[in-house]
Amino acid sequence: MIETVVSVDLMVEEEIKIKKNRLAPDFLHGDEKRICIVSGMYGDELQGQYICYQIIKRIKSDFDKLTGIVDVYPSLNPMGLDSRTREIPGSGMDMNVIFPGSKSGALGEYTASCVFDDIKGADLCVDVHSSNLYIHEIPQVRINSNGADELLDYAGKIGLDMVWVHPSTSVLNGSLAYALNNVGVKAMVVESGVAYRIDQKYCNKIVDGLFAVMKDMGIWSGRVPEINPSRIVYDKDISYINAESSGIFIPEVSIFDRVGKGDTIGTIVNVITGSVEEIITAENDGIICSLRDYPVIEEGSLIARILGGEADE
Amino acid sequence: MNKEVIFSMNTAFRGEYIIHGYSYGKGEKAACIVGAMRGNEYQQLYICSLLAKKLGELETQGDIASGKEILLIPTLNYGSMNAKKTKWISDDSDINRSFPGNPKGPATSRIAAALLNRVKNYSYGIQFASFYLEGRSIPHVRMMVTGNESTSLANLFGMPYVITGMNRAFDTVTLNYNWQKKGAQAFSVYSSTTDTIDDESAHMAVSAVLRFLTRMGIIKYDCHGGFISTTLKESELVSVKADEAGFFRKLVGINQEVKRGQLLAEIVNPVDGTVKAEIIAPTDGITFFVQDAPMVFQNVVIYKIIRRMHQ
Repeated sequence: MIETVVSVDLMVEEEIKIKKNRLAPDFLHGDEKRICIVSGMYGDELQGQYICYQIIKRIKSDFDKLTGIVDVYPSLNPMGLDSRTREIPGSGMDMNVIFPGSKSGALGEYTASCVFDDIKGADLCVDVHSSNLYIHEIPQVRINSNGADELLDYAGKIGLDMVWVHPSTSVLNGSLAYALNNVGVKAMVVESGVAYRIDQKYCNKIVDGLFAVMKDMGIWSGRVPEINPSRIVYDKDISYINAESSGIFIPEVSIFDRVGKGDTIGTIVNVITGSVEEIITAENDGIICSLRDYPVIEEGSLIARILGGEADE
Repeated sequence: MNKEVIFSMNTAFRGEYIIHGYSYGKGEKAACIVGAMRGNEYQQLYICSLLAKKLGELETQGDIASGKEILLIPTLNYGSMNAKKTKWISDDSDINRSFPGNPKGPATSRIAAALLNRVKNYSYGIQFASFYLEGRSIPHVRMMVTGNESTSLANLFGMPYVITGMNRAFDTVTLNYNWQKKGAQAFSVYSSTTDTIDDESAHMAVSAVLRFLTRMGIIKYDCHGGFISTTLKESELVSVKADEAGFFRKLVGINQEVKRGQLLAEIVNPVDGTVKAEIIAPTDGITFFVQDAPMVFQNVVIYKIIRRMHQ
């Protein structure tokens, strides 16, 4: 059943409505588990649209296998999605820093508060993101180090290429996942791909993983593909490579490539002089888990992350 | 006046990007003043330009106290101002959400790290900040409650109000918070506007800073004593929201005394011109903030009123 979680009038003849699709068995016993799948918080991140579509489609096509409640919120920032804008149009606010929101706040804080209240009480919430415009990410789960022990079991069962336990802003103060963890709702972030694109291979892997978790929770009784356990990764396992010059980045590796210390990741070139400004090399052995996608570089731009350690064995 | 490079980097297409600082007087690091961090902070840069002129004159006259240095950094983000963008020009990140920064991180993080490293040893830190809501507010000094804040010092600016605020989720990555954590007394000075120039409140901000520097023995400057500031907690401001969306017809401006039940504004249907909502004051008080957009969304904060305060 499609429900409107919050509705706010826009300035001229339009309302912003954040909707969810609640999928639940026809007859409830009252003790069903509930999972919330949330996406579309950033208007440039589109992986979640395909993922939400596939979740709903698969459940509807095998509805008698549904044994719990699945709430799907595909578009938390509908105006951003329509206008290809990452933040909330108008205010320019980053929605993922204002949770749990405020009923007395402006548009963003108010809608965040309504969404937050609607999710509260769920057994698990998965906030599905894509990467931004700049960096291509391998499919991964990110969880907050503060509640890692409770989350690792679910996070690993999604079976993505890594579970990153880290204190980044995507899972920290003001984010939906952090705010939910604070009120006792297990919450994690799924990240993959790059902004403005849908990578069906990545998305299907995430969908399979979410069904595996739902089966584990007793929400889904249908068949699920076999899931390989994820590698648990901490900040110490990941090295960052940032540019020290500005120009155009020409990569010589691809995402998921194995590299050795000293291998060339790519070059930064100066277009007008036709010269190479910098040769970017790997500082350690490992797998390229993040790679610059947007070619214009300035000093400090993130070029790649390398997942080292046992992943390279 | 001594000009120095606070931070520099090469850009892909525009050559070198340099953030300059200007110091007045020599000696102990007494006070540092930071201006525009975003591309729409025209008023904040304007205030810095007025202040730079005054500080230059004071230095020429020998009116900067011996052994004291004042550092002024007018703008960190002039590239976005030139490109008519608010956030950082290449990736839309926000310098004032990047503190304490990382010298090996992305550009805004490097700028934050370089700035904090340069300014951390000053006794007093002053930032011309922009109000988080779009509109006009009464000029004030804001301090975050970090345990290090001193409202009695903030009163020395002689601004009408000193506001103390509990930390919001994003405050821990701002300059003000990190400055205080480094041991400085850090103040955010708010003028009336951000993306438009308001000459009167700009001069008020300049006078407030000069008054503070005088009272701290950093400069010699004869100025009006200013206000005996009223100190408020941010939570004492009552938010009034638009019940409906549409044209915002403002009937009461900032710094006006209002009575409970008084009509403050009307929201007008943009298509048929009818009044969709009347905005009524929920309390007696003084209007502290007023929205200045021609149109508003539903639920947007359009007024903040200082509860039960009289002129």
